[in-house]
Amino acid sequence: MIEFWQNLHPVVQVVLKGLAVIMVIFPIGGACSMAERKVSAWIQGRPGPNRAIVPWISWIPILGPFLQRLGIFHVLADGGKMLFKEDALPGHVNKFYFVLAPIVAMIPALTTVTAVPFGAYLDQTGQIIPIALANVDIGLIAVFAVSSLGVYSLILAGWASNSKYPFLGGVRASAQLISYELSMTLSVIPLFLWVNAPGREATFGFARLVEFQSGSWGGITSPGWGGVWFIFIMPVSAFIFITALFAETNRQPFDMPESEADLVGGFHTEYGAFKWGLFFVAEYAHMVIGSGVFTLMFLGGWNPLPWVPLADLVGWLAQLAPILAHPIAVGLLSIGIFLGKVLALIFFFMWVRWTVPRFRYDQVMEIGWKKLLPLSIANLLAYAIGIALIQQ
Amino acid sequence: MNSPHPYAFLALFAAVAVAFPLALLGVARLWARYFSPPKPSATKNDVYECGVAPTGDSWIQFKAHYYLYATLFLIFDVEVLFLLPIAVAFTELPVGALFAVLIFILLLAEGLVWAWHRGHLEWK
Repeated sequence: MIEFWQNLHPVVQVVLKGLAVIMVIFPIGGACSMAERKVSAWIQGRPGPNRAIVPWISWIPILGPFLQRLGIFHVLADGGKMLFKEDALPGHVNKFYFVLAPIVAMIPALTTVTAVPFGAYLDQTGQIIPIALANVDIGLIAVFAVSSLGVYSLILAGWASNSKYPFLGGVRASAQLISYELSMTLSVIPLFLWVNAPGREATFGFARLVEFQSGSWGGITSPGWGGVWFIFIMPVSAFIFITALFAETNRQPFDMPESEADLVGGFHTEYGAFKWGLFFVAEYAHMVIGSGVFTLMFLGGWNPLPWVPLADLVGWLAQLAPILAHPIAVGLLSIGIFLGKVLALIFFFMWVRWTVPRFRYDQVMEIGWKKLLPLSIANLLAYAIGIALIQQ
Repeated sequence: MNSPHPYAFLALFAAVAVAFPLALLGVARLWARYFSPPKPSATKNDVYECGVAPTGDSWIQFKAHYYLYATLFLIFDVEVLFLLPIAVAFTELPVGALFAVLIFILLLAEGLVWAWHRGHLEWK
């Protein structure tokens, strides 16, 4: 199996891996839309969507009603509706840019996946090999650079709709996105001050970050204090990053593009059917990737627990059954741990949405420029001086 | 194995990312052509304004303050970009360079203080 895989042409391998990742990201987007409704219902103490059911499955005695109450068929119903309903193109829009905007929204969402490693396995020499589509050492910069292109889709959609609400929504959303991008970038610089130790190749890649949070991997002992996660070393960075992430993904309490319903749907008010669906999937894909980046940087990536690296877990499992130390098993285990953390973070996103009150627009701007930005500069200064002192 | 450069995959994936939504929209378009042809009407072509008849032009005035934030963002973003190369080389820098970095960060903070003092960060 492994030989067959390794004998494939590298490009074919990557295309297959890429298709697999898209096939995971898309259903997660759909499942998130369902989870959003179910979690909100749960938090508000109501049943939530529990009606849709496929006939054949309703005949299964216990499982059928259970799945119906879980509401998972509403995802299929939503998808079907998006395809079946009329794809209206309103007469007043600028047609070219109107169609272009949802495509531009999807491009950063799918491109950033490339640079994010989502698992790891050990090769024969015990060396860590991250599983990523492209294991580039500009990792984080690529993610930041490409994902900030998403602002163009908002501007394009708002402008091309030729309508008041989308226009206001687009302008607000873009001002919010650029305001929080600064704090986000500044908050992660201390991490790279920390991991770019002397004598190693300089990198912005995620693999090095996770390696530091794993303690010693494959014989390399890192000065990362034996597998402590960055959220404990740099809690302020983590706080700034997650707050900015909420703003960057336009989630409550920073939902300025829609302002709950002040601006109807915000920049996608005039959109319908599949074009709207692309915006929707792009938004959830951003959430998934943002959570993935946060997991890699602050929550230890594919390490199961703080101070318990993946290698230790694999060692214990190998004593139970040697087959569990097989590279494929380790790879699946690491991907499972990583996805579990990502899904937990997405639940956190929904939890915050239904718990924290929304901010007003002036408050959003004030938090971004007057609170987070000075805080992130002070954080950077403190860690720069601290790391310099440790190094001396 | 002569694996292509990882950056080639980044480019390959950018192409996939363009092709994928295009293909989806194409399929949806084909589907709509045969199964749900558009039936435009005066109401559907109208500008959406909560169901009431739209008033005035859709090109409305909006706050020029948004531009101020955009300009501030440009200034700070370029400064932050200069910090990124420092971050990867930081631990190998001599003490003098460390002070230069600190002065640079303080300049960034000073710009923020200036904008704050001038009231540019005040959302009016």
